[in-house]
Amino acid sequence: MTQLPQSTERKLGLVIDLDTCVGCHACVISCKGWNTENYGAPLSDQDAYGANPSGTFLNRVHSYEVQPAEGHAQLIHFPKSCLHCEDAPCVTVCPTGASYKRVEDGIVLVNESDCIGCGLCAWSCPYGARELDQAEGVMKKCTLCVDRIYNENLPEVDRVPSCVRTCPAGARHFGDLGDPDSEVSKLVADRDGMDLMPEMGTKPVNKYLPPRPKDQIEEQIDILAPLLAPVAEEPKGFLGWLDKTLEKL
Amino acid sequence: MHPAPSVIIFTTLSGLGFGLLFFLGLGLPDVSGWIAFVFFAIAYGLSVGGLLASTFHLGHPERALKAFTQWRSSWLSREGWCSVLALIFMGLYAIGAIFLGQRWGVLGILGSLLSLLTVFTTSMIYAQLKTIPRWNMKLTPAMFLSFSLAGGALLAGQTRVALPLLLVAALVQILYWRQGDQALADSGTDLGTATGLGTRGAVRAFEPPHTGTNYLLREFVHVVGRKHAEKLRLISFVLAFFVPVVLLLLPFNHLFALLAVLSHLAGIATSRWLFFAQAEHVVGLYYGKR
Repeated sequence: MTQLPQSTERKLGLVIDLDTCVGCHACVISCKGWNTENYGAPLSDQDAYGANPSGTFLNRVHSYEVQPAEGHAQLIHFPKSCLHCEDAPCVTVCPTGASYKRVEDGIVLVNESDCIGCGLCAWSCPYGARELDQAEGVMKKCTLCVDRIYNENLPEVDRVPSCVRTCPAGARHFGDLGDPDSEVSKLVADRDGMDLMPEMGTKPVNKYLPPRPKDQIEEQIDILAPLLAPVAEEPKGFLGWLDKTLEKL
Repeated sequence: MHPAPSVIIFTTLSGLGFGLLFFLGLGLPDVSGWIAFVFFAIAYGLSVGGLLASTFHLGHPERALKAFTQWRSSWLSREGWCSVLALIFMGLYAIGAIFLGQRWGVLGILGSLLSLLTVFTTSMIYAQLKTIPRWNMKLTPAMFLSFSLAGGALLAGQTRVALPLLLVAALVQILYWRQGDQALADSGTDLGTATGLGTRGAVRAFEPPHTGTNYLLREFVHVVGRKHAEKLRLISFVLAFFVPVVLLLLPFNHLFALLAVLSHLAGIATSRWLFFAQAEHVVGLYYGKR
């Protein structure tokens, strides 16, 4: 059913720390690796070894430069995947009921056997979180690794989304954002976690932690500077003669 | 947005076909027998042909029947229902007109209303998308409806009604272009709000996430052809409205009427191409494009 639930019991999602992300793309690769062989159809590639490779990914890392009015520019790596919105437009536009939001944990999923591949859900998503798989003709999106987080066959440490488990910098956090006392909720509160495109009214569950301000290098008065000034500006004597002679050549 | 031929053909032809059905259902012109057969054949050819074309872009057309289930929330599902109901009502009405020489007025009026409703639901599929500010306007349904009515009147040979309807459609088209050109800027969405970094300074896309292209760029970031937009607007406006109006003002002649319809069709198809090609999806912002 593509009507959105009034509320969900939990709001599972990710918190992504833009201060910590180093832009290594390990989460992209680990996501593709896990999801191409688990939930639903594989994530296909077209012309993978040819001149124009292209493929389906559920997570991608952009890099942005922010130039403040004063001071140095800052480079920010920006991982982007489904934000599992509370008011997900991709769910309500679906004509077949394939796209749905789970009542128990708020995860937005696609039932691939009902998907007609019309692409309207991808049109309605402001974040580019959905990609139509070219081989399978169905819509693919982040499942929040629903096949890992409840999987009792995995060691407990692995029961988090693949991207979170992989991140070598600890820039990705997973938890219940509906519970104000959860670790992720506290992190969001401490670091002023933000929504992407709040004006779209999608109420994303995933939050982004803004980069911390950079240290300011202030102009300092160096009392030793006069003593350290170079003594001989121009070479004299033999070196001076050599310098002049070489100039003339 | 990528201007997929299937959706351009679909919205152009079915808009015209349902416009013609609207007038036929009202008894304009009041036809029966063979003449009615020809009129209904044209109307069904356009509307059903358009609907079939729209299934070409589906990944799994064989599951299309599932699209009737979510009418409570989805405009695409509602469009499916309205189009089928309109075609059934108008089909029964057509049987009466063609074979029995009967004009079942109430059935015709219901069919007419459902035909217009179908065009409205089609327009709402686009107008509902906040992600595409150029479509997310009240003028989008106004444009689809006014085009459908003007084209329908033209096809139905209702010269006196077609003239004012063409002028209204032309006005709506100009207003749509004017407001549409401002829509992305007016929406307030830019790379700053997309990344949440806009309050810290000027944000610039530094490095894309992938070196090749992908589904998102192919589907949502279409910049080829936009540079000719002004010329295409002029061409589409002249073909869709100016030429038919001039031809209608001349003394009536079947050749002129045919030329007016063909010119209008070509103009609307060009306008519809621009409708897609010029639409900017906000996801392009993440790639530093629009």
